[in-house]
Amino acid sequence: MNKGIYQVITNEQLTETVFRLSVAGDTQAIQRPGQFANIAIDGFYLRRPISVCDYDSNSITFVYKVVGEGTQALTRYTKGSSLDIIVGLGNGFDTEVNCRKPLVVGGGVGIPPLYRLTKELVAKGKKPTAILCFNTASEIFLHNEFAKLGIEVAVATIDGSYGTKGFYSDAIVRHNIEYDYYYTCGPQPMLRSIHATLDVEGQISFEERMGCGFGGCMGCSHKTRSGYKRVCTDTILKSEEVIFDEH
Amino acid sequence: MNTTTYLCGHKIDNPIIPASGTFGFGQEYREMYDLNILGAISIKGTTREARFGNLTPRIAECKAGMLNAVGLQNPGVEAVVGHELPELAKIYRKPIIANVCGFSLEEYVEVARRMCETDNVGWIELNVSCPNVKHGGMSFGTDAGCAAEVTSAVKAVCSKPVIVKLSPNVTDIVAIAQACQEAGADGLCLINTLLGMRLDLQKRRPILANITGGFSGDAVFPVALRMVYQVAKVCRIPIVGCGGISTARDVVEMMMAGASAVEVGTANLINPYACRDIIEDLPNVMQRLRIDNLTDIIGAAL
Repeated sequence: MNKGIYQVITNEQLTETVFRLSVAGDTQAIQRPGQFANIAIDGFYLRRPISVCDYDSNSITFVYKVVGEGTQALTRYTKGSSLDIIVGLGNGFDTEVNCRKPLVVGGGVGIPPLYRLTKELVAKGKKPTAILCFNTASEIFLHNEFAKLGIEVAVATIDGSYGTKGFYSDAIVRHNIEYDYYYTCGPQPMLRSIHATLDVEGQISFEERMGCGFGGCMGCSHKTRSGYKRVCTDTILKSEEVIFDEH
Repeated sequence: MNTTTYLCGHKIDNPIIPASGTFGFGQEYREMYDLNILGAISIKGTTREARFGNLTPRIAECKAGMLNAVGLQNPGVEAVVGHELPELAKIYRKPIIANVCGFSLEEYVEVARRMCETDNVGWIELNVSCPNVKHGGMSFGTDAGCAAEVTSAVKAVCSKPVIVKLSPNVTDIVAIAQACQEAGADGLCLINTLLGMRLDLQKRRPILANITGGFSGDAVFPVALRMVYQVAKVCRIPIVGCGGISTARDVVEMMMAGASAVEVGTANLINPYACRDIIEDLPNVMQRLRIDNLTDIIGAAL
């Protein structure tokens, strides 16, 4: 974990509600794909937890969605402005699992953390397939970036305006995708469906309204088969730990 | 510059204490700074049995503050005494404040007794003010008679100082403070969170699964200060000021209003280094205000 002041490099609009923010600063605290950062925004009391889309030795890229006043205010930070950010939060995805063809399924703004994950899976010699799910064609983002990783990428839109019409499951059928493991992040109904439907093990990334983001407040607890955990410190669970009841 | 102060007879290096519920059992902060710089630590509120607490969402943002409705999630007193406190003792060599909660008089007494038997517990903080549980917590702290009853019952089994943490969600906090003092309380901590709520405008429903939650953060500081001042005017036992403290300046102000020490809560959640930063800045603020001994300013405004 590192708390620091980061300089905005770019903050560009990708779709009507999705923006890509790149900041310069210390990234040594980032250990794994799927971790998040907690960004302080002027005028808002709590930080905003945003997943890391990609990073290198001195910059971090976030792809975030405007969902309220705080993220709306974040869009107004321009090149050269500074942000107080805590980086290296959450457990991240475990890429050291025994699999050959992992399926990576992202829904909407759940897609960004899967980009770095997929990059690392490719670097480890795995053959991932990504399914990117959106409501409609105009909401698509990061499609080209995933394609440039040299992997098979399928897009599903609920209204059928691009790619496969329907959900991740329709894309699996249409492209006859083979997989022996999965990684996923996205809306709760999609996660629940994947957990219930896919006949292999995997890892699921969760989100919750958070107080601190580092385990101090117990604001984001959820029940798992391995006891009570906090979404902030155990953002990503192995599928065998997950309990969807009560939520 | 001397930042030493006294809490119910125990000397502490400085008045900065992380507030219960914002600091877990210390482990989440161990990588951030040496916890031994703290005056003391008030651990997560502990009940007899393990509790998961309320469903999520448990957190809602407000202007200059936040709501929480965690609902006393904790592993239960035996796990705290048997595991959490020994683990904390490995990284923190000073006595801690054990925040004790309950749903019955018997539970308060039992949990307090177990805590009192534990070596690294220096004080019992009797939490009669948690707003996020039904039939317990705050229901003991909003009535002077109940607050006095639980205080004297716990005092009867505790050899260590008992600090009663009071709720601001009352008509007359002074009357409750006085009742606790008469019942034998060694100190008072005020305030716990203020009851509040927020709505999700899309869903047209409360944001919190618990509907209401406790309001804390910068915005509550004037309320806490006012209550500390009013209670300090009439009570002789030491007061721990708590509510919206985030700077060394706030610490000095709270002490001038009558607090002997302070608890820093929500500030830790936004800046995990908040307590360290305040402790480092405190001598600078003292120098600017020509304060040599922090104890000299306790109740200066009364």
